[in-house]
Amino acid sequence: MSAISELSSFSRRKGKATAEEKKANGRDNKAAYIFLLPWLVGLLAITIGPMLMSLYLSFTDYNLLQPPEWTGLENFTRMLTDARLHNSLRVTFTYVFIGVPLQLAVALLIALVLDKGLRGLPFYRSVFYLPSLLGGSVAVAILWKQIFGTTGLVNQVLAMFGIQGPGWISDPSTALGSIILLHVWTFGAPMIIFLAGLRQIPNMYYEAAKVDGATTLQQFWKITMPMLSPIIFFNLVLQIIGSFQSFTQAFIVSGGNGGPSDSTMFFTLYLYQKGFGQFDMGYASAMAWVLLLIIGVFTAINFIASKYWVFYDD
Amino acid sequence: MTTKLETLPAPDKKSGAGKPTNHRKPKVRESRGTLAFSRSQRTKALIKHAILILAGGLMIYPLLWMVVSSLRPNDLIFREPGLWLNSLEMGNYTSGWSALTHPFGHYMLNSAIVVIGSILGNLISCSMAAYAFARLQFTGKKLFFGIMLLTIMLPFHVVIVPQYILFSQIGWVNTFWPLLVPKLLATDAFFVFLMVQFIRGIPRELDEAARIDGAGHPRIFLRVILPLMVPALATTTIFTFIWTWNDFFGALIYLTDPDMFTVPVALRAFVDSQSATSWGSLFAMSIVSLLPVFLVFLFGQRFLIKGIATTGIK
Repeated sequence: MSAISELSSFSRRKGKATAEEKKANGRDNKAAYIFLLPWLVGLLAITIGPMLMSLYLSFTDYNLLQPPEWTGLENFTRMLTDARLHNSLRVTFTYVFIGVPLQLAVALLIALVLDKGLRGLPFYRSVFYLPSLLGGSVAVAILWKQIFGTTGLVNQVLAMFGIQGPGWISDPSTALGSIILLHVWTFGAPMIIFLAGLRQIPNMYYEAAKVDGATTLQQFWKITMPMLSPIIFFNLVLQIIGSFQSFTQAFIVSGGNGGPSDSTMFFTLYLYQKGFGQFDMGYASAMAWVLLLIIGVFTAINFIASKYWVFYDD
Repeated sequence: MTTKLETLPAPDKKSGAGKPTNHRKPKVRESRGTLAFSRSQRTKALIKHAILILAGGLMIYPLLWMVVSSLRPNDLIFREPGLWLNSLEMGNYTSGWSALTHPFGHYMLNSAIVVIGSILGNLISCSMAAYAFARLQFTGKKLFFGIMLLTIMLPFHVVIVPQYILFSQIGWVNTFWPLLVPKLLATDAFFVFLMVQFIRGIPRELDEAARIDGAGHPRIFLRVILPLMVPALATTTIFTFIWTWNDFFGALIYLTDPDMFTVPVALRAFVDSQSATSWGSLFAMSIVSLLPVFLVFLFGQRFLIKGIATTGIK
């Protein structure tokens, strides 16, 4: 059971106390809070405290040197007219809404091919999984920078076919595309979750469908997709949340400036520049809350929409 | 645990040796079907293998090419898209190793310190919190558990500005503490969740037996639960290793003194300092930086795959 299904079942379970919870007289508060102490301190000092603090800072002007100065909604009204911020939102949304579905589609496709007891499965699985472990590293971002450079690997291969490729990462129209491709390249992790999900589908459904003369495509749409939908949903939520926060790749590939001409200026990159480049901490905090809001809204939309397409078999 | 074993069906050895027995269920999944089917199935498998080899090759090729290129003279990197090596050029490694303020080993040592500290921190703090959530009854348990699940999805950026202010006021910028203290306080809630799931699978009878023998919670935790949750601890160790080793954002913000650089920020400094002439040594150090992750992947794959499949972590 995943964190997400646990969360979504949280509301459903409400009211119905389990047998275990009913023996409320057997509480060990003291022992529990001792065990929870590190986590509680972390929650207060590292998570909730800073969250409230950044909410406060988002209404101030603060540069680390002078004490924060209350400016009300100014940071937020500034955002409305900040063209670079609007651009960074556009870049991030493009990345999320092209990169995530593309990555999940590839992950599902390869998982479907890999399923059904194919020989050499562990080997293939390792090969496809490896990039998702390395993909977040600076080293791979450096590799990407070379591969999609003007005289990089991609253009060398294209030249063998007599094609003169563009400078993928120095051209504003293709730079973001090459970073999206890097995201797709790391499809191994969701693929493994899909593989685990596919294995959970009882084989008898397919046998019954075959007896009824269902085609492979029909079986896919009528059995595989509904049965797999909770897993697809789970992957979708996780990947969307993660992709909105993506930073390292764009930072390294663009040399830290989100270029060329802001075409890879992710929201997080702009936030970093504002906060840790220009020490405009108030504005950076306001941006962070906007990011939280965006992620929250999209996660909520995901959960609401899931009622119409995710099929729970319980 | 023993009760589980006893309910399993008798091993195959007994039934398979003599005459055919009827209590063994016939295998429905036809890996070797009837003759009429086998041919089309074999071509189907062949097509699948062809797709997988092609896709897998495409995925892994950039990595292989980077390894090969790091062993080539510099100018060939921009002319040779193939994987053929005429001679082994180790010069990239020696020049890359000493290209920055410190030998590259210095940064690896820094990374190793952060990684080991993070692993210990996560193992101790997360397992304690998980024990409380999985086994103890206490006031506010449901609320805290819900909060814990939510923090898994909380974007790092919302807390980074105040965290930075906090740590810089304590004077911890350019120390490893800002990277280590959050781990000691169980802020990687994913691992808490992973461990909670695991502990829930350990039979409660074992705790009860220990309690009847007079053991308190610390003793049950240390002597009963911890030894049984080694697989979950291994998964946590491996993921913490990989994530911390690759962590760029935290190191970028807190470590600005080259003495304290971890591998990702050192690599970034390398990219920035070099012109396009030294891609060979840049590749060489990138390979060196990926090697530990690759080794962990090689030996810890089992735990990685299991960890992802059950919790859906990246």
